[in-house]
Amino acid sequence: MAHFDENAKPFSHKWLDERLAIDTLNRVLSTEYWIPKNINFLWAMGMVLAATFGILLVSGIFLLMYYQPNTSMAFDSVNYTIMSEVGYGWLWRHVHGVGASVVFLIIYIHMFTGIYYGSYKRGRELIWLSGMLLFVLFSAEAFSGYMLPWGQMSYWAGMVITNLFSGGSLHADGLVEWIRGDYVPSQAFLNRFFMLHVLLLPLAIIGGIVLHFGTLRLPHVNNQDGEEFDFEEAAELYKAGKKKESKVIPFKPVFLSKDVFVMGIYFIIFFYLVFYHFEFAMDPVNFDPADGLKTPTHIYPEWYFLWSYEILRPFSTNVGLIAFAIAQVIFFTLPFMDRSPNVAPASRRGLFKYWFWALLVDMIILTFMGKLPPEGIWSTVGLVAALTFMALWILLPIITKNEKKL
Amino acid sequence: MSNRRDFMGMALGGFTALGGIAALYAMKRSWDPLPSVKAAGFTTIDLKPAQENVLVVEKWRGKPIFILKQSKEMMAKMKEEDKKRLIEVDGGHYAVCVGLCTHLGCIPGYRPETNDFLCACHGGMYDSSANVTKAPPPRGLDIPPFKIDGTKLVLGETGPEYEKMLADGTTLKV
Repeated sequence: MAHFDENAKPFSHKWLDERLAIDTLNRVLSTEYWIPKNINFLWAMGMVLAATFGILLVSGIFLLMYYQPNTSMAFDSVNYTIMSEVGYGWLWRHVHGVGASVVFLIIYIHMFTGIYYGSYKRGRELIWLSGMLLFVLFSAEAFSGYMLPWGQMSYWAGMVITNLFSGGSLHADGLVEWIRGDYVPSQAFLNRFFMLHVLLLPLAIIGGIVLHFGTLRLPHVNNQDGEEFDFEEAAELYKAGKKKESKVIPFKPVFLSKDVFVMGIYFIIFFYLVFYHFEFAMDPVNFDPADGLKTPTHIYPEWYFLWSYEILRPFSTNVGLIAFAIAQVIFFTLPFMDRSPNVAPASRRGLFKYWFWALLVDMIILTFMGKLPPEGIWSTVGLVAALTFMALWILLPIITKNEKKL
Repeated sequence: MSNRRDFMGMALGGFTALGGIAALYAMKRSWDPLPSVKAAGFTTIDLKPAQENVLVVEKWRGKPIFILKQSKEMMAKMKEEDKKRLIEVDGGHYAVCVGLCTHLGCIPGYRPETNDFLCACHGGMYDSSANVTKAPPPRGLDIPPFKIDGTKLVLGETGPEYEKMLADGTTLKV
């Protein structure tokens, strides 16, 4: 039975601690959550992502107050009501649009940091898997949000992406119509993607973030050398005042101060984009209202989906769909495809170093090719890059199996 | 004692699973297209005003419908196989099809000077009967269910000419 001090003033620290264990919570979650010292600014990307998600949530709440999920009103509610009538409505829209684009840039940096330093193995598999789950949820969130302004790109992206579910030669048109609630994207389609964007997917993302943090607590974050050490021992040293000798620092306040510094720089760039260069996140084609009888000349997704789009494009329907489906899930398999026991930066891992940079460069090439029209030499470059992507993943278990143990 | 607990557990679990399945079914049905959506699916088109080598675009179930009257030259260079895709009304030959690329559903553009369709999304091409000539599309444009009524076509209804096309695999069911 817990002890309750009758003299404790209501809502005083003691009163709260006896009822909520705030001291224990604070200790376990922050002041004694140990972070290695041997890290760099790339380790701040997690908190940068959390903060960006927070900004998307706040700006989204204000957009939600005036947005109309109705095919005849949606376009004007965004482009007229929110943009020119609502006080500072333009701010929320530009923050939301820029945030949605930038969040993927940070996600990719966060992912490739993990790949480079081997932060997905030896106890950290679930961190990687829950992170990939978040990537999928963010992708769905971005896609559903892209439908809402109901412009030409919204409509045709909705048409093309939902058609993927017909499964090529399987002709599962019934499934496609079921997803849309109509033969083509229409009112039912807009309403259900609105629901997904503002309720179900954000709920799932919040759950995913909690899970992602949870998977981090026991294995702790990796460090720049992939060094394995006793966190308890290092923590005792720190608590005994030997901060210099200890290999760790507490999350709060020490690591958090570093996070806040990186976030400060990040937000300067972020708001520079919001105020002066928001147009990169606003496709000009989407400023034409949706028209089911006119396809835009070139349909391409936002930049963060281009690499996987380019894996779909150079092949015939069925092969393309299979290649696309593999590309969507292949990153989940990373902890199991990498057969080397080494947790170390890619630069010290022999052939893996070349694998890492080849993958990164290949995905950048795929991204550029996805934006270019599928003609002439670009078709060939795209095809080669798509085949390289597949080849790299086939090679991964082979080169890591033969890797020398460090 | 433990048997009784097991029984309670299984009974509770069983009924919960049953309720869960029923709820899933209800959720699935709620995502189905509404009856009103399903019912509004018939369009009548008069083929008479169509001109040779000029693409007419109509709308059926929210989808664009291509109508292309074939000229003599177009008929002459067409493969026998592709002629099965045409609808003959009052001596004229018409390609009538859903104007959505069979790859991923973009609308291909018609080029009268070369008598073919080009899809800008992924570079697929179709001849004047709307049969595919260049991948990625897996097949020619789909032909909607139709019934010939004089010089008019009723889209959404199934006539004997359409049934024949379905039977010999000229088109898939839309």
